[in-house]
Amino acid sequence: MMPDLGKYAFAVLSSYGVTIVLLAVIVLVSVWRARKVKTALDEIENRRGS
Amino acid sequence: MSFWEYANPVKFIRTTDKVLPWVWALTGISLVTGLVWGFFFTPDDFRQGSTVKIIYIHVPSALMAINAWLMMLVASLIWIVRRHHVSALAARAAAPVGAVMTLIALATGAFWGQPMWGTWWAWDPRLTSFLILFLFYLGYMALWEAIENDDTAADLTSILCLVGSVFAILSRYAVNFWNQGLHQGATLSLDKEENISDVFWFPLLVCIAGFVLLFIALVFLRTQTEIRARRTRALLAREGQA
Repeated sequence: MMPDLGKYAFAVLSSYGVTIVLLAVIVLVSVWRARKVKTALDEIENRRGS
Repeated sequence: MSFWEYANPVKFIRTTDKVLPWVWALTGISLVTGLVWGFFFTPDDFRQGSTVKIIYIHVPSALMAINAWLMMLVASLIWIVRRHHVSALAARAAAPVGAVMTLIALATGAFWGQPMWGTWWAWDPRLTSFLILFLFYLGYMALWEAIENDDTAADLTSILCLVGSVFAILSRYAVNFWNQGLHQGATLSLDKEENISDVFWFPLLVCIAGFVLLFIALVFLRTQTEIRARRTRALLAREGQA
């Protein structure tokens, strides 16, 4: 299944590895911060509402 | 219905909440399809061998690195002219995504350059303008963090964005302006002589669609976050005054 990358395997796999890691980091950080900020705002609004 | 309705933060959050699951789904489908197609089911290039597979991440990320800045430019201009907070916050939300795209383009370019050019880096016009664009992204994000007042930060970062646009455009056309250096010309040219073969072109188009959709999904999500963070700061400030 894995294509034969020959002598360029390091260049190709490193490129894909770096890309996947960086994209995963930006997605996870964005989702984590979105949840954190939403929870904090909900708490403040509930406190003001009650 | 007017486009400017989305300048209302509540309307923006409500609309993007409905759209986001679809954008995430389309992003996943197109990224997985494009990358699997490109990596597993395309042949090696007769000259570049298997390194041609780097094109499916290098070109889309470079494209988004430039276009993210241009999106920030439009949002900054809207802020300067119409003072809509959502547009300033959208520009702020896009910056880290653009910076990551630029970093991916630089890193994959280095990995590709080493076996093809015999060097990881050269002070080539396109590479250099891309590096400067990356530094502009860092400066832009740092400026937002450094200024406490949101409106002042939006004003100053908008000006920085206008200045940085020179390098965003330069990084696209550097190869044409200075006919020197190692980097090739346009990969996506419609000129038959210059364009890449269809066997590489179609999976590349799917990957580009995936990167564009990922950018849209992240900017929507992060703009929602910036709107909520701004409201939180405002409420806390009011509580502090009371």
